Amino acid sequence: MNTPPAKGDILVIDDEVQIRRLLRITLESAGHSVREVETGLLGLDEVARRAPDAIILDLGLPDLPGLEVLRRLREWSRVPVLVLTVLAAESDKIAALDAGADDYLTKPFGGGELLARLRAIMRRAPGGEELAAVTFGDITVDLAARIVRRHEAEVKLTPREYALLRILVVHRGRVVTHQQILREVWGPKSEENTHYLRVHMTHLRQKIEADPHQPRHLKTESGIGYRLVEEC
Amino acid sequence: MPERRPNSDALLASVGREEARPRRGRLKVFFGMCPGVGKTYAMLRAAQQELLDRVDVIVGVVETHGRSETEALLVGLPVMPRKQIEHRGITLTEFDLESVLASKPRLVLVDALAHANVPGSRHRRRYQDVTELLDAGIDVFTTLNVQHLESRADAVRQISGVPVQETVPDSVIELAEQIELVDLTPVALRERLADGKVHLGDGAATAAENFFKETNLTALRELALRFVAERVDKQLRELRATGAPHAVWRSGERLLVAVGPSPFSTQLVRWTRRMAAAQAAAWMAVSVESSRQLAAEARRRLEQNLALARELGAEIVVTHDEDVAEALVRVALQHNATQIVVGKPRTPRLLNVLRGGSLVDRLLRRSGSIDIYVVPGERAAGKSTVHLEWEPPQPAPAREFIEVFAALAALSVASSFLVSYIGYLAVGLLYLLATIALSLRVGRWPVLVAGVVSALSWNFLFIPPAFTFQIAKFEDGMMFATYFAVALIAGQLTARIRDQERHERLREERAMALFHLTQALSAARSLDEGVFAALRQADAIFSGKSALLLGGLDDNALASHSASSLALSDQERGVADWVWRNRKKAGRFTDTLPSAEGFHVPLVREDTALGVFVIAVATDTMLTLAQRDLAESFAAQLALLVESEQFRAAREREKLLAESEKLHHALLDGVSHELKTPLAVLHSAAESLRQADEATRGQLIDEILTATRRLHRLVNNLLDQTRLESGALKPKPDWCDVHDLVNAAREGVGDLLAGHPLETSIPCDMPLFRADFALMEQVIANLFLNAALHTPAQTPVFFAAGVEGARQRVFFTVADRGPGLPATMRDRLFKKFQRGDAARAGGLGLGLSIISGFVAAQGGEVVAGENPGGGAVFTVYLPHAAHASVPNE
Repeated sequence: MNTPPAKGDILVIDDEVQIRRLLRITLESAGHSVREVETGLLGLDEVARRAPDAIILDLGLPDLPGLEVLRRLREWSRVPVLVLTVLAAESDKIAALDAGADDYLTKPFGGGELLARLRAIMRRAPGGEELAAVTFGDITVDLAARIVRRHEAEVKLTPREYALLRILVVHRGRVVTHQQILREVWGPKSEENTHYLRVHMTHLRQKIEADPHQPRHLKTESGIGYRLVEEC
Repeated sequence: MPERRPNSDALLASVGREEARPRRGRLKVFFGMCPGVGKTYAMLRAAQQELLDRVDVIVGVVETHGRSETEALLVGLPVMPRKQIEHRGITLTEFDLESVLASKPRLVLVDALAHANVPGSRHRRRYQDVTELLDAGIDVFTTLNVQHLESRADAVRQISGVPVQETVPDSVIELAEQIELVDLTPVALRERLADGKVHLGDGAATAAENFFKETNLTALRELALRFVAERVDKQLRELRATGAPHAVWRSGERLLVAVGPSPFSTQLVRWTRRMAAAQAAAWMAVSVESSRQLAAEARRRLEQNLALARELGAEIVVTHDEDVAEALVRVALQHNATQIVVGKPRTPRLLNVLRGGSLVDRLLRRSGSIDIYVVPGERAAGKSTVHLEWEPPQPAPAREFIEVFAALAALSVASSFLVSYIGYLAVGLLYLLATIALSLRVGRWPVLVAGVVSALSWNFLFIPPAFTFQIAKFEDGMMFATYFAVALIAGQLTARIRDQERHERLREERAMALFHLTQALSAARSLDEGVFAALRQADAIFSGKSALLLGGLDDNALASHSASSLALSDQERGVADWVWRNRKKAGRFTDTLPSAEGFHVPLVREDTALGVFVIAVATDTMLTLAQRDLAESFAAQLALLVESEQFRAAREREKLLAESEKLHHALLDGVSHELKTPLAVLHSAAESLRQADEATRGQLIDEILTATRRLHRLVNNLLDQTRLESGALKPKPDWCDVHDLVNAAREGVGDLLAGHPLETSIPCDMPLFRADFALMEQVIANLFLNAALHTPAQTPVFFAAGVEGARQRVFFTVADRGPGLPATMRDRLFKKFQRGDAARAGGLGLGLSIISGFVAAQGGEVVAGENPGGGAVFTVYLPHAAHASVPNE
């Protein structure tokens, strides 16, 4: 793998004591150190006192709405945030992502999934340097040379397809919203044209995936966007 | 003791009065013989006493006339400011009834009961304000002079020679719990007058001088004293006779007074009232409408007379007949009246002979055992005679006269040829025939003309000596006279028959109107339909506009029914509101809020006002009593309709409630089972985990995961169903790829589909379609789950998708090889809490209900069917339109 699993200082902001306990067990057994707080305001204080490497934030807090905590936090900090939510509606997740969350996880969730998400968001530490090449499955993307290879054989991509693949690779492991992709690949005026994205994704999957109808790496996140999954 | 016949209606009414109001206000009247005896002073002193007893008292209106000793008594009493009313550019002040009602004092002082309110007030008269206060449970102190007492007004006029304008019905005084006589000797009063202590009004000193003569004052004093004494006596007698103060009517006597438009009828009504009171008998006033139209002035007076009778406590009956005597006897027999009161006739004797005797004669002939009282009339001073009682008969059209002359001329010419063959006597018969034939075609006056002209023509042209008006032979003279009489009588008789026919037709029309109304109402399938039919009929019958206002269930808002043709202004709404709350008629043609545009009738059923029926006619037309009567019948029918509708709605609500209770039970049973099963698994698996060895540990963990997935699914289903029912579901359509959809759905179902191979068939050119991806993912996942749960392991599940080009929709099919759908389930398949009988444990039966809800929310539909090779097929259809082309790079 490209980077060793990050071991970091994780701040958990959640009012449910059982969830906090479970998160502590899961995170500590993965080698992280854990701080916990119950409310949004305490959480903001804690971050100001000593910045953690990542925050796990529950959206349903008693004092401040989670979204508000996110907004306040983002005014002065770029620490990676993983949002926990019981809300199934896509609009809530998109709102959290727009407010500055790096990824989300819907309750109930598995421990493995949590650690994978956390790893992905912590990779993009502020100021961290980018990799020259990323490999997933039998595909290698050489970001410096702008070349995609499968088993050393070059895969021909159109500029748009490459741009699409690149944004997913840069944010690998993390969800990238439709709007984010459309804005970066097609320009700010194209955010409504989601069918561009669908059509190009179909083409991209046909070139990258072993079975384009059942993709293993270029995953769809229902109603939100796409996610590049490296290991399966 | 005469036989007692308690009137059941009155008994019920009295019971109703006591039950309807938990506390009716008490009325105390400070009663005096004339102005200046100190009634206001006495009232204020009594109020001060109440104030000492800490009673919440307020001064509604008190006239101190600037007298300092009276004003001193106002100290400490809160005074309600008077209301300002604009009338023709002048600002007038008036007792503020609304504010007093709103402030709900225990006791209010209202001076001068007989006062006529300023135009624009709620009521025409102050005693109506007082009645409303009492109805609202507020005690009232008021003042009154004997001269203003309705039943004593005549006597006072005879004593003083001054007509009394503002009178108060005796029925209002009978409401009084206490009457306090404020007495002063005539000598003392005249002293006060001399000291200028009596307010006489503006510049009325000389007139007052007459009024305050000692003889007058003595007579008035006696009148006042006698009134109070009579009242005390009556109360005593009532108590002795029944042990209760409310005896309705105890004697077997019942008086009936004939009321007409004559001003004399007013005296007749008062006389009857006194008689009835003296005999403790019930009494009624009867007005007989004939086909002749009353002049507007006479009609107004008739209505005033009837209103007076009503105020004095009479039952009012309006009937229709050409013969007044006949009608009076008929009504008397119907209502068990024992005495009929009529005025002494003043019509000329000759006319009476023509009519078959005077009214009294005819009454006497028909009345049988009923007593007849004939009361002599006393012409009111200054009143003109009673001419123009009747609308002059409609002038017959000139055409009818021309017809008469033409027919007679033709007959005369023909007869001049025939006379030599048939003789002049036969010609006379021909003339008679012609006259009678004409009477069938033309009106009363042309017939009269025909009779006269034909008689003269016969005489002039044919009776010898011809061409003179002389008659030679005596027999001819007799023939001529007989002819004349027969022609006139026959003509008048036919005319009368035709009048009666017309009248019958009118009555028929009224009866038909009610008949049609009841028919339309019973045919109406809904309240709205019935109301619509009734209001349109009312519009037609009264040639005006109508409205129906119905009270809501919450009991404090009156809403206009949509079928109303009359849009109510805020003011009219206020009137309707008053009518609704007080359950009394009001508006135009009544004494309450008479300046209103409409005639407002409450819809009353069993002491509850359900609504208000409003009729508005053009300002220059009047509604006759009969028409108002009809309007009230309309209101009664509407009330019945509304009530039955309310019953129906109540039954419906009960049924719904029972049904929802059943559903709640099903839900509770289902949910508790569905929630507790996985919880039980979780609990015992977690406990077992403590001592489990490595091999069983894995199994236990699998069980825990299965149970949590089941719980998760259940919670999601319940949330989805709630979202659907609360209407919070707002699909966000976006372009979707069917492969993404299948993959997402399959992942959503997870292990449950593991035992079933999924075979997909998606065409290569399957386009993107527009849908809410998350909802569609749920739909397909639920269909997969459904297939997995209802089919044996290892049987395949099929998924297919495509476009129905012709119908511009995409379809998604999920099929299985299970047992298929039982025919009995088909209808309720997509209803909630429906589970297949053969379903494996699990599920609340919400899956298909959610599917159909989600699909419907996106404008599509779900169809269930039979898989040709066995098993079930569910097909989801969504509307489809291809997306715009994607630009090349």
